[in-house]
Amino acid sequence: MNYNWNWGIFLDQVKGGDETYLDWLATGLGWTVAVSLTAWLMALLLGIAIGTLRTLPSRPLATFGAAWVELFRNLPLLVQMFLWFFVVPELLPKDWGLWVKRDMPAKEFITAAVCLGLFTSSRVAEQVRSGIQSLPRGQMHAALAMGFTLPQAYRHVLLPQALRRVIPPLTSEFMNVFKNSSVAFAIGVMELTFQARQMQEDSEQGIETYVAVTILYFLCAIIANRGMAVIEARSRIPGLIGGSH
Amino acid sequence: MIEIRHLSKWYGPTQVLDDCSTHVAKGEVVVVCGPSGSGKSTLIKCVNGLEGFQQGELVVDGVSLGDAKTDLTRLRARVGMVFQHFELFPHMSVLKNLMLAQIKVLGRNPDEAATRGLALLERVGLKAHAEKFPAQLSGGQQQRVAIARALAMDPVCLLFDEPTSALDPEMIGEVLDVMVELAAEGMTMMCVTHEMGFARKVAKRVVFMDHGHIVEEAPAMQFFEAPQSERAQAFLSKILHH
Ligand SMILES: Nc1ncnc2c1ncn2[C@@H]1O[C@H](COP(=O)(O)OP(=O)(O)OP(=O)(O)O)[C@@H](O)[C@H]1O
Ligand SMILES: [Mg+2]
Repeated sequence: MNYNWNWGIFLDQVKGGDETYLDWLATGLGWTVAVSLTAWLMALLLGIAIGTLRTLPSRPLATFGAAWVELFRNLPLLVQMFLWFFVVPELLPKDWGLWVKRDMPAKEFITAAVCLGLFTSSRVAEQVRSGIQSLPRGQMHAALAMGFTLPQAYRHVLLPQALRRVIPPLTSEFMNVFKNSSVAFAIGVMELTFQARQMQEDSEQGIETYVAVTILYFLCAIIANRGMAVIEARSRIPGLIGGSH
Repeated sequence: MIEIRHLSKWYGPTQVLDDCSTHVAKGEVVVVCGPSGSGKSTLIKCVNGLEGFQQGELVVDGVSLGDAKTDLTRLRARVGMVFQHFELFPHMSVLKNLMLAQIKVLGRNPDEAATRGLALLERVGLKAHAEKFPAQLSGGQQQRVAIARALAMDPVCLLFDEPTSALDPEMIGEVLDVMVELAAEGMTMMCVTHEMGFARKVAKRVVFMDHGHIVEEAPAMQFFEAPQSERAQAFLSKILHH
């Protein structure tokens, strides 16, 4: 193998610019984190709402929730990314479509975050639904029997318990968001994978580039995992082993 | 206080309540018993609208439950219910369990709710456990908390669905003691229970159900001394042997 190892490459200036490769990767990491956290926040809010809908006695609402989950869960993420980027603006009313294509600020970022957020929301919704359904039916009865409305029963009794139960599967969803965010490079978000490809072509030091990128993705996943572990520990219910019955 | 007239209910094609009629007057204790699957839980859950029904009339404290315009939430806030499996909210402390509905449903301020909650915990002998979580208490203690939680809403009547049947035998007494005390104070109670000692002591009448029917309804003494129906006789001989 005739590979020229150069671990100092990260501090070299890029061709035709005054940034270093490290700057590129840092920018990439920044966008990766921004896309992932925005998408995760969206996924949590929507996922909790949709997962809740799926457990309601109302047929139309439950069907809406089911349709949402099937729609966003069953198409490849990359295809969804292209659909949101190329197809959806064409389907909007003409003026809006034009605005999205020409004038929307941070168009790639917003599209990627929304797409990944919706995709992940379907997965969060499924976890939340199974968490709610795993609770004893008596909890809902007890809440209603005290005079709570259905929304109050969910807000104060069912969801606080269901969400605690699903922290472990949500942890892996959170880690997946960081990995899945790499798909955003396909629509031109300058996130980590995008920067890695650019650095590899520019510097011709592919191995160093991808070792660094691997480490950065790995760090994201570890930090996400530890963050969720802290939340899990803090929300543990005294007297219950492992936080559930 | 509770008027049940010709109540019938179906789950799909199966009828679980068949023309049930009974009543509980203010200050009365009525015990409902019968074999498993006879419809006792279903009947008592109809009383606070946790279950709907298809035919008949049910009036609680002047409010008709069959009426589509009835605000069930409001009614339930005035009717307390105690469950077989306690159903305390495991993610909040004992005191919070007692405070939550007082604050969210009755609109009491937190200090008021805490004062009332602590007074009731004291009354069921559990004030020292106010800051514990339900899973840190024994079954008997949890059920006493559940009773206190129902009382915190100042209910006009209390419904019990087999409050002692999930308990170890040595804990049944402490729960029944609380219930006997409530009865003595004039609380209106409808209790599904097989605790015949309790029924003898405090029940005005016993309602015996089988296969969705109210087969027999009689003053407690009469029911135990001279049950009329064969099914009640068979049922009594079974449970009194244990
Ligand atoms: N959600 C439901 N759907 C269909 N059938 C039901 C449902 N809930 C109860 N049943 C049926 O209704 C009948 C009465 O049930 P219920 O729980 O009221 O009996 P029970 O007298 O309380 O019995 P137990 O002593 O076992 O608690 C039973 O045959 C039961 O199988
Ligand atoms: Mg029952």
